[in-house]
Amino acid sequence: MNSFFAQEVPLSWYLLLSAVLFSLGVVGFLIKRNLITVFMSIELMLNGVNLYFVTFAHQWHAVKGQIFVFFVMMVAAAEAAVGLAIIIAVFRARATLAVDRIDRMKL
Amino acid sequence: MNPDLHLWLIPLLPFAGFLLNGILGPGLPKWLITTIALLAPLASFCVVLNASLGVFGFLPASNSLPYVETCPLLWINAGILRIDFSFVLDQLSLVMLLVVTGVGFLIHVYSVGYMSDDEGYARYFSYLNLFLFFMTVLVLAGNALVMFVGWEGVGLASYLLIGFWFQKKSAADAGKKAFIVNRIGDFGFLIGMFLLVANFGTLTFSEIGARLDANPAWQGGVLTIIALCLMLGAAGKSAQLPLYIWLPDAMEGPTPVSALIHAATMVTAGVYMVARTHVLFDHSPVALGVVATVGAATAIFAATIALVQNDIKRVLAYSTISQLGYMFLGCGVTAYSAAIFHLMTHAFFKALLFLAAGSVIHSIGGEQDLRKMGGLRKKLPVTFAVTTVGVLAIAGIFPFAGFFSKDAILYAAFLQQPNGKILWFVGLLTALLTAFYMFRLWYMTFLGEARSPQGHAHECPWSMRGPLLILAALSVCGGWVGMLRFGSFLAPSVGARITEAGSYIPFSLFPVPWEVILSIVAVLVALEGWLIADKYYRRKPERPAQLAAALPAGYKLLANKYYVDEFYGAVVVKPLLAVSKFFLEWVVDIGILGGAAWLLGGVATFTGAILQRWQSGNLRSYAAWLAAGAAAVLLFLLVPWATVLASLPAIHLGMAGH
Repeated sequence: MNSFFAQEVPLSWYLLLSAVLFSLGVVGFLIKRNLITVFMSIELMLNGVNLYFVTFAHQWHAVKGQIFVFFVMMVAAAEAAVGLAIIIAVFRARATLAVDRIDRMKL
Repeated sequence: MNPDLHLWLIPLLPFAGFLLNGILGPGLPKWLITTIALLAPLASFCVVLNASLGVFGFLPASNSLPYVETCPLLWINAGILRIDFSFVLDQLSLVMLLVVTGVGFLIHVYSVGYMSDDEGYARYFSYLNLFLFFMTVLVLAGNALVMFVGWEGVGLASYLLIGFWFQKKSAADAGKKAFIVNRIGDFGFLIGMFLLVANFGTLTFSEIGARLDANPAWQGGVLTIIALCLMLGAAGKSAQLPLYIWLPDAMEGPTPVSALIHAATMVTAGVYMVARTHVLFDHSPVALGVVATVGAATAIFAATIALVQNDIKRVLAYSTISQLGYMFLGCGVTAYSAAIFHLMTHAFFKALLFLAAGSVIHSIGGEQDLRKMGGLRKKLPVTFAVTTVGVLAIAGIFPFAGFFSKDAILYAAFLQQPNGKILWFVGLLTALLTAFYMFRLWYMTFLGEARSPQGHAHECPWSMRGPLLILAALSVCGGWVGMLRFGSFLAPSVGARITEAGSYIPFSLFPVPWEVILSIVAVLVALEGWLIADKYYRRKPERPAQLAAALPAGYKLLANKYYVDEFYGAVVVKPLLAVSKFFLEWVVDIGILGGAAWLLGGVATFTGAILQRWQSGNLRSYAAWLAAGAAAVLLFLLVPWATVLASLPAIHLGMAGH
């Protein structure tokens, strides 16, 4: 028992977890119809990537990866602010958040 | 032993005149233009004279010919081909140079009077000097390429001078016609040169001659093709069948130009070229036969047209074509010296006749129609006298210049085997026609009654009368050099004709040389021509019209020049224009230019139509493409493609091995 808990979590598990997180984000982004869910899927992808960074920073004892995570979180916060503002604007204009009905993104 | 002759000065002096008058001309006073224009040919004539003094033995340090002068800079050096810019002075080019610069200078002097009122005075003289520059280059050329430079240059000068009064559409068209028809001949010249390079590896006349002299057994074959190509060039430049059509139209130029370029010098360049490359022709009986036949056919063909022309200059133009035919006939029977002799005398009397015609035209206010002249003998006594000399000379009356040269050609033709007698007879018939139409011109211009008001007719100024008198003197005496063994003088350049030694009538008590009998026959024939003209145009002036009415078809055929222009127009010009138009409008304009535009537009529209479906506006489809793209990039970067690809054939082979 002790030995089980004393063991470190292997690297591959972290990587697998972050890959699952990222893939969930991608799939959610592609298949969800609600704009807010899509938005959350993006956050999921970002956090999947963040997990990679942290994993490798820990693995290689390199602080650069952790700094990158801060950057990503900062950008994600900014993106969330701008994105939510856009979503509210879109909702006000079209009274819907269904992605398929917001199809005016073409010339 | 050879003093420096400075041959390069001969062409360069007229070129300097061309540059001076051509660039500064409009700003210079008239007397200065005249001085420059006259000094240039006079100076180069003096250089030629200086060279000839040595040749004729008047100077102790006599020159040995040929005298070669080469530009120190190598002109063309490509592979085995080395071409120098070289000038050669030998007997042949010396005679030509004397004629070109001498007659050229006289015509320059004449032009001073003739063109004095023209706006383009400086332009005219700069062109005339340019012509002399190229013509002397042509004559002095030591290889075919230098000759070609001169050849093209005189064509250019001819074009510029025919179209000198370019505001007149007919003159501009005539210039174009001359230029384009000459292109056909130049094509032949070029092909001939290519073949020379391919077969001899050189274009230098003396080297080609040496090669052929060393191989007397080399006959016909490619030499025939080369000679015929060169003959095509000569036929274009010298207005022979079937390319003669440009020369009558060239009479649109000023009359002194007709005298210098289209009678005395440039049109004889073809004859000169054949004489210069005579070794090639000597090695090809077929080519010689073609030259003789074309010459004889042209001589009689043009003479018949000249019978009924009413424009004084056109009569002379057709007469020039006919006389050039004589020269080619002479070349064709290998009597090159006789041909050059006729070239020389023809330059004298035809320049004289053209200048006299110019004097007539000048004095009655630009009228060229023979039917409106008549009775000018009293008003233009000098012109009348010199024209008489010219007419007697061209008709071949003893002892005028034309008699000797024409006789030399006819005699050579007579001796030619196997068809010489036919050629001789055609030549004789042409002589009859020549005498007739020249005396017709003489009667219609000067004798009888004035057929239109010409009260202000006046003799030309002295600047025009002087050259006329000198040329008249040359037309009388020019032939006498024939008695001084002109042939043996030219022999080093053009080869001696074996048969010129003379043959005698067999079965005769007295060894009367054939030559004398033929001469007497020729003179009698010429006199007969005069008599017929006398009957038709003096004693019974109503007869020509009756004859024309009696033979309407024949008269129409001649008056319309055998419809050759119409024929060429229908067979060559119209289809060519139609094809060009088709190509321009349908292939180039619509096909290539329009097609390119349509193609570009079409491709853009088509691909746009496909790609626009991508831009659906659907956010999730964009995202899907984004993901697919990212996946593709990953696939591309992560899969070791080189290893995979390299292993593919191995797998294949491995499977095949089982």
